[in-house]
Amino acid sequence: MVPVSYYVALSAILFTIGALGVLIRRNPLIIFMSIELMLNAANLAMVAFARIYTVLEGQIFVFFVMTVAAAEVAVGLALIVAIFRTKHSINIDEMNSLKG
Amino acid sequence: MTPDLIAFFVLALIAIAAALGMLLSRNAVYSALFLVLNFGTVAVFYILLDAPFIALTQVSVYAGAIMVLFLFVIMLLGTETLPASKALPWQRPLAFILALILAGEAGYLLFFRNVTSGTIPQPVQTFGGPQALGQALFNQYLLPFEITSVLLLVAMVGAVVLTIKKKGEQ
Repeated sequence: MVPVSYYVALSAILFTIGALGVLIRRNPLIIFMSIELMLNAANLAMVAFARIYTVLEGQIFVFFVMTVAAAEVAVGLALIVAIFRTKHSINIDEMNSLKG
Repeated sequence: MTPDLIAFFVLALIAIAAALGMLLSRNAVYSALFLVLNFGTVAVFYILLDAPFIALTQVSVYAGAIMVLFLFVIMLLGTETLPASKALPWQRPLAFILALILAGEAGYLLFFRNVTSGTIPQPVQTFGGPQALGQALFNQYLLPFEITSVLLLVAMVGAVVLTIKKKGEQ
């Protein structure tokens, strides 16, 4: 059995990579993917802690996080498509006005 | 080094390499495929952590549904690569410094506060299976489950409303 703290460390590394992706990339689709990576890292930590304390609640919370992530992706990608329609570009640097 | 540990380190290396590949590749389609690889390895970690149901949900929801949606939108918009833009010059170094601080904080909590020490009890045979999760979801967590269904409905309606073409538009 691998020590469960290794999984928590891996989840921290993946979360940091995701946060770095949000900060340095200019393509909103890749920023979105980095957010998914961070959600996934948090899920991994939660499953690891559920295993440490042998409670099922951690896994149930991961289940809810997955449904919220699915809803978030549907709305977020629709927003990106709508922005692309009005601006004909999805460069994040050009999204600097609230009024389309 | 037990075989378990070797398997863990190989998979962890693949997961981190896939995450970095997602971060660094110029083409958004490659990024999406790297992320699918990362989700796949994380699903294997879930199996190793006695969460088989969550592992299969991960593969079908994340790697299946969400990433296919991503690939559709990338190819629909034709934005595989964006032209280089003039980013703020201090942004990249600042981002690396902030990421280092975040990693340092996580490492400090993990290794010096010792949050995960102690022996770990062996779970019962059905821990993390679909039966155990279903029992908890439909008895103890029924209300959150129903709220989730409303949330998914709202997301679906929202996606349709946001992308619908108004009358008179081309």
